[in-house]
Amino acid sequence: MARRTDVKRFWSLLFLLVPIGGVATFIAAPYYNIYFPKDVSEHGRTIDGLFMFILWLTGIVFVVTELALFYFMWKYDEKSTNQPVKYSHGSHAIELVWTILPAAVLLFIAIYQMEAWAAAKMQPPDMKPVVEVTGRQFNWDFRYPGPDNELYTEDDIVRSDGKLYLPVNEEVLLKITSLDVLHSFFLPNLRLKQDVIPGMEQSMWFKAKETGGYDIVCAELCGWGHYKMKGRVFFLPRDKYDLKLEDMRREQNTMRAELPEEADE
Amino acid sequence: MSTVTADTHADAHGEHAHAGGFLKTYVFSLDHKIIGMQFLFSTLIWFFVGGMLALGIRWQLAFPWRPMPILGNLLATAEGGQIAPETYTMLVTMHATVMIFFVIIPILAGAFGNFLIPLMIGAEDMAVPVLNMLSYWFMWPAFIAMGTSFFVEGGASQGGWTAYPPFALTQGDGQFLWLTGLTLVGISSMMGSVNYMTTIIQMRAPGMTMFRLPMTIWAMFITAILQAFALPVLTAAGFMQLADLKLGTGFFIPEGWTTNNNPMASGGGQPLLWQHLFWFYSHPAVYIMILPAMGMVSDILSCFSRKPLFGYKPMVYSISGIAGLGFIVWGHHMFVSGMNPMLGMTFMVSTMMIALPSAIKTFNWLGTMWGGKIQFRTPMLFAISFVSMFIIGGLSGIFMAATPIDIFIHDTYFIVAHFHYVLFSGTAMAVFGAIYFWYPKMFGRMMNDSWGKVHFALTFVLLNCVFFPMHVLGMTGFPRRLADPYHYETFRNLLPLNQFISYCAFALVACQIIFVINFFGSMFFGPRAGRNPWKSNGLEWQAPSPPGHGNFDFQPIIYRGPYEYGSPEVEDDYYPQTQPPPDERNDD
Repeated sequence: MARRTDVKRFWSLLFLLVPIGGVATFIAAPYYNIYFPKDVSEHGRTIDGLFMFILWLTGIVFVVTELALFYFMWKYDEKSTNQPVKYSHGSHAIELVWTILPAAVLLFIAIYQMEAWAAAKMQPPDMKPVVEVTGRQFNWDFRYPGPDNELYTEDDIVRSDGKLYLPVNEEVLLKITSLDVLHSFFLPNLRLKQDVIPGMEQSMWFKAKETGGYDIVCAELCGWGHYKMKGRVFFLPRDKYDLKLEDMRREQNTMRAELPEEADE
Repeated sequence: MSTVTADTHADAHGEHAHAGGFLKTYVFSLDHKIIGMQFLFSTLIWFFVGGMLALGIRWQLAFPWRPMPILGNLLATAEGGQIAPETYTMLVTMHATVMIFFVIIPILAGAFGNFLIPLMIGAEDMAVPVLNMLSYWFMWPAFIAMGTSFFVEGGASQGGWTAYPPFALTQGDGQFLWLTGLTLVGISSMMGSVNYMTTIIQMRAPGMTMFRLPMTIWAMFITAILQAFALPVLTAAGFMQLADLKLGTGFFIPEGWTTNNNPMASGGGQPLLWQHLFWFYSHPAVYIMILPAMGMVSDILSCFSRKPLFGYKPMVYSISGIAGLGFIVWGHHMFVSGMNPMLGMTFMVSTMMIALPSAIKTFNWLGTMWGGKIQFRTPMLFAISFVSMFIIGGLSGIFMAATPIDIFIHDTYFIVAHFHYVLFSGTAMAVFGAIYFWYPKMFGRMMNDSWGKVHFALTFVLLNCVFFPMHVLGMTGFPRRLADPYHYETFRNLLPLNQFISYCAFALVACQIIFVINFFGSMFFGPRAGRNPWKSNGLEWQAPSPPGHGNFDFQPIIYRGPYEYGSPEVEDDYYPQTQPPPDERNDD
């Protein structure tokens, strides 16, 4: 009899490990720095907040349902229960409750997300793009409009070293596209991602709030070199940013001077 | 007696009953049980192949660029068994392709659908046995196409299982064979699904009304409908990509498009079109890969809880609800694809709503176990684990359905965690449970229950160690399909966790040996099962084990649904569908 009870304990306890392990993983991960990457954008807090909101909500549902599962396994084991089986085919009232309640919650979650989505993808700021980003196998190219603030003019600065410079604490608008196949312009530290498609132009906008260099990741399979399609974005204070642009323009002009036949291309 | 329905079909198949010869009996068989078995063995072999491909991925993520022992050389990669980056993209592509199109879909519909449908509805065979045989044999050209693609110049497809153009169009013969294989799988599925629908509608035994069908059959029925309506779109899209690849059309090629190795391109097309067409099939396909598992789990749970299924009709309606909504949620794969963000809003609402029927099902499974007398046999443990794991897989879906969050976690390991919780921890565990459950009916012998439990415990613990940490990996933004993520500053500290996951993955694959030995050993050494070893109500358990040609040695007449466990009407705790009520006058 003791052995039988042990067996019962073993299986229900094995399933109890699921909610315990699940919660423990999410609690432990931040201590190992396995967590959201540092957020340097203004809107990132909203997205992280929405994530945590859903994490709490689903976390509670997860723990409650897994505990119910554990409890039923523990209590209704045939070896230990001596009650007769509840001969029940279900209950209309209970079905209604667990249909309407989750429906309301899910609808609420959906509506609750809409504002952040609209802000991130539907309401571009009224300004000219400060840079055009072009993905190609396997590099990110950047074209700055130069002093005249117009893209595709003589004074554009074109860079293919994978380094993007942007001003900090300012709303910026990026124009992004692709030259060859699909790529995805992913800025983990800014919680932004947008696939780029050849033949289509998209925009991305954000405001960074901290200076420093951060990763640009390609997040859409684009070929053997997909893993190394890496870039860096640097956020600079306005004065340093202006200087940097000026530096890059001068550098480009020197290079043009050195290659006279291509200069007037 | 109203035995007419089944008898009319008897002549059609009677002639096969005594057809002799090894080839006719076991190879080109028209018997649904043999065809189901053929599907089962083929898919289990591909399951092994897909698992090996996964090991390659896990090796590279744990020990980037280090030569892989044993498998490395087999995968024909760079010097000394090192996994080259192009091999890595091939691995992720083919792992997904093999697992989805050669394992999960055919093992559910092909193996269990074929084996169970006629037995559970009381028919002698499928409505069109020849079509059934062809649906299996059309898998073989697909197997050959995908199999040989590993050996053509440039190797198997590296375009991802989603085959997004224009990148997929830069692939060589590997992509051509991939598309060919996919189309052939589609033809096979189509023949299967037409047959299943016809059989379930037309060939039920007397008394087997639609609302007396077990959940397995309901799920197979709805799945067949999904297949029949969604597949043509994928097939058409596949042909369009084939034409783009080989005939110089430009359905998915934008104006003025070139790559360095592919200057053809007539242009004027739209890459996003493929994504819409592909996901219009492949999202319903997600439900094709889970609904039959849900059905089988419902049957197993009710049987081993010795209690009627809680909320049978809500279960049927929620399966239908999933199928219906399944057609209008494909856009949630494309939130950051560049499609109109306005559409993102509508797809978010419909996607949130599709979580509802799944929630209803989960609550009903819990309700089924509540107040029962649970027997912890191997199939039951797998079925309970399906419920437990599906809760995780279902809830993590809500994160990605929320568009602003999806901007961040799209194409990260969060989605990898999500679909492995649904497809491996969910469907594959349900399939294991179903194999343990119906094995006695298939082979007439029992599988070893103790070793089954060892297999279960190891698999259950290890799969959680493999897939659960992927959620937190996804929270860091760790992208999928990256051969070496560690040269990004953001992801550098994730190597130890990935190594832990990989060690667990190797152990997870290794412990499947227990299952393989149990599976094949029990065919010869397992104890004889008898007709109804689990004391189940299902009609299939009234047939001999294994059932002969024509399935039943009596004319089944159905008096009730399949979930009458613990009924006060009878002494036993089960009440088979064919057992006449104690007082015949009550039933007229």
